[in-house]
Amino acid sequence: MKKIFKYVVTDILRNKIVLIYTVFLLAASLSVFGLEDNSSKGLLSLLNIILIIVPLVNIIFSSIYIYNSAEFIELLVSQPLKRKSIWLSLFTGLAASLSLAFFIGAGIPVLIFQPNTIGFTMIAVGILLSIIFVAIAMLATVNARDKAKGIGAAIMIWLYFSLLFDGFVLFLLFQFADYPMEKPMIAISAFNPIDLSRILILLQLDVSAMMGYTGAVFKDFFGTFTGIAFSIISLLLWIVLPVWYAAHKFNTKDL
Amino acid sequence: MGGYAEMKIIFFILSMFYYCTCIAKTIPVGSSRKYKTITAGIEASVAGDTVLVDAGNYKEKNLVIKKSIVLKGINYPVLDGEKKYEIISVKADAVVIDGFRIVHSGISSLQDLSGIKVYDSRDAVIKNNILENTFFGIYIQNGLNCTIENNRLTASSTEEQQSGNGIHCWKSDSLRIINNKITGHRDGIYFEFVKNSIIWRNTSAQNIRYGLHFMFSNNDMYVSNIFTNNGSGVSVMFSNKIRMFSNYFEENWGDASHGILLKEISDGDMEGNYFAKNTSAIYMEGANRIFMKHNTFENNGWALKIQASCMEVVLERNNFIGNTFDVGTNGSLVLNKFKNNYWDKYEGYDLNKDKIGDIPYRPVSMYSMIVEKYPPAMILFRSFITSLLDKTEKILPSLTPENLKDNAPLMKKAF
Amino acid sequence: MIIASNVTKQFGKLKALDNVSTTCNRGECIALIGPNGSGKTTLIKSILGMVVPDNGFITFKDKNILHHWKYREEIGYMPQIGRYPDNMTIGQVLNMMKDIRNQQVALDEDLVKAFSLQNLLHKRMRTLSGGTRQKVSAALAFLFNPSVLILDEPTAGLDPIASELLKEKIIVEKEKGKLVLITSHVLSELDDLVTEIIYMQDGKLLFHKKIELLREETGESKLSKAIASVMVKSLYEKNI
Repeated sequence: MKKIFKYVVTDILRNKIVLIYTVFLLAASLSVFGLEDNSSKGLLSLLNIILIIVPLVNIIFSSIYIYNSAEFIELLVSQPLKRKSIWLSLFTGLAASLSLAFFIGAGIPVLIFQPNTIGFTMIAVGILLSIIFVAIAMLATVNARDKAKGIGAAIMIWLYFSLLFDGFVLFLLFQFADYPMEKPMIAISAFNPIDLSRILILLQLDVSAMMGYTGAVFKDFFGTFTGIAFSIISLLLWIVLPVWYAAHKFNTKDL
Repeated sequence: MGGYAEMKIIFFILSMFYYCTCIAKTIPVGSSRKYKTITAGIEASVAGDTVLVDAGNYKEKNLVIKKSIVLKGINYPVLDGEKKYEIISVKADAVVIDGFRIVHSGISSLQDLSGIKVYDSRDAVIKNNILENTFFGIYIQNGLNCTIENNRLTASSTEEQQSGNGIHCWKSDSLRIINNKITGHRDGIYFEFVKNSIIWRNTSAQNIRYGLHFMFSNNDMYVSNIFTNNGSGVSVMFSNKIRMFSNYFEENWGDASHGILLKEISDGDMEGNYFAKNTSAIYMEGANRIFMKHNTFENNGWALKIQASCMEVVLERNNFIGNTFDVGTNGSLVLNKFKNNYWDKYEGYDLNKDKIGDIPYRPVSMYSMIVEKYPPAMILFRSFITSLLDKTEKILPSLTPENLKDNAPLMKKAF
Repeated sequence: MIIASNVTKQFGKLKALDNVSTTCNRGECIALIGPNGSGKTTLIKSILGMVVPDNGFITFKDKNILHHWKYREEIGYMPQIGRYPDNMTIGQVLNMMKDIRNQQVALDEDLVKAFSLQNLLHKRMRTLSGGTRQKVSAALAFLFNPSVLILDEPTAGLDPIASELLKEKIIVEKEKGKLVLITSHVLSELDDLVTEIIYMQDGKLLFHKKIELLREETGESKLSKAIASVMVKSLYEKNI
């Protein structure tokens, strides 16, 4: 397993798109910190990058990579190797190299300009999101044989998590305006890793606005040990469940 | 500062006046003196005398002063109310209480037991006292031309019912509340039916409810006070002609908490105030003809929550910096005016280089309207969909009030 | 050595394998023949565990291969189209496979030498022609000296010289008593190679015969002719 992981990582790290992604992140975060006169504004712009660009690049790149390595995966499967270890190596390889790209591109500038709790939270959340969307991409690709279909599904999943889900939440709020929705909202947010990540960062960033009654409910929850444990476990489940399910499917998949 | 110097001179002349006109004598009180208790000392005095109290512990139940005397402590003698009594009751004009440590007044839900209470008198001066764990601190009831200066009031109750107000003024006229520090009370400073008074350079912090609470009090002015970290900020209600200059409102956090709440206020004037890190810096309801200039709003959740019931509120040359939302409102009717303010979120341009933006700024975002109506929508804060909504709304306004805009926003900070 | 029993596999509506049973023994060189889409590749993939049969089972050395992987150490597989990570060089791919299989056997580098791959070791996979890639695939299949060789369209894309080299190698391995399974469209190539024929059509295994027997039955000495007459016959029977 270690061996395949090593080959996947070296292969991805030589990939031009990953290089471009890293350089883009680096340029974006440096310019964001350099141009904005206060660095907390820079963090906000970076937040958008983390919440939108990172999931998009990760899910699409991972799907394309897996489809492009279909024959290679076939070759590996015909070798005396466990299918599960092939699949997990592929996942860990993708996750590790894309997280590394994120860390170099966005993490290091953040560490330079904002070496505080907000910065650390941001890096941690960015890396978690990277891994989550690799995991989701694995799920999408194992289910769709057709490349175009699979990449389409990946884009739809991204669109769903970054836009449609929130639209749905907003709709829900309008519909149930007469009920106390704060607590259900916390539960609902667990169903969207992007929302959960956003809330985790915002609780550190926009303290004043979050201290309103509603915000206080969120802060009371997410600020406590239980809340943080809840968020981290939810995010980890977003990694474990798709990977586990995809690995299970891959185990009996016809190649 | 000039005003302070002048004040000092006036005080000086006033005290000279006292010494010259009265043939005043000094009555010392203390364990080694002729009068062992303050009660005895006061008994022996006549109007115009000074009762000088040595340091020590005095448990005199309720001290009632019915003569115009000066009661002065040396090295803060302690007056202990044993958690049962009102400690000093002033029932004569021109009484001076200076330099005591007043502790443990009684707590009662029927009477407003206080550290020092002034009843129906004029010209009282209460200064340089330390009040600790009193129910009400200094209470002026029906006073005229009284001065409360340099006192330090601390209470440590955590429940509203167990705590009275720090400086409580009721139905009074021409008061001066200067340089007091109040913490841990229910309201730091409370005004009800008080007119023509000034509140100057006080610090009111960590009080359970309001740092300053104004009701039915007209023609008052407060200047250079600091209000931080109070349960619900500052509340000014049902009053006219209030002037507020150069005050600090900071870190008032919570849903019902505001830097300052203005309710049913008319003809107010707010200048040079500084609002930072409040959940909402100013919440206005039924406010009319308020003129706001040169105020700074920094890092607040909402800089301004202005309900549709407000009229003719004018905002001119204020700075809005780093606020999550600049303005929130609940209706579409806008009878207020925004002009020449600096908004850090302004994305317009200035082609003719007159330092005024060429397109109007709309400080109300669609999302802030949604949050106003559906508070749990806060969970979508800074999500892709809400910024998308805001951008769409900027191009095609439909939900946000059409007239709520600054037609001439500044390109650089107003001051 | 390899026994397939009632193997059935369905892809959607298409029956790729329909109740296929056969036995392959060491020392045989078996040609899998049949029209496009007859299920040859699916059968190979089933043996390799890349396709999981819906019904029936396959044993390798008397062990059911389902969810096992260790048996593949004894198989060398050359896929129809070999694709490798674009950014790796031939040398790296060879090393990687050695690394992954990590088998304690003497490596058989005959084909690497025969195809002069050692002169191309530094070339990246994406720059290679289809033929060169096939050479790499072939070299890899033989590299670990496996007791079973499965070659899917081995000569497609190879130049005649390389094709000839490969055939010689196959014969040598067959002589050593290995089992060789080959699919090919080019029947003329198989003439002097194969000892048995498996003929498949529409997912069904129509017959599995020794080549001498087939020649006798059809009276044709050339394999292509023999097969053609079988196809005509089966078509004729179908129409009745």
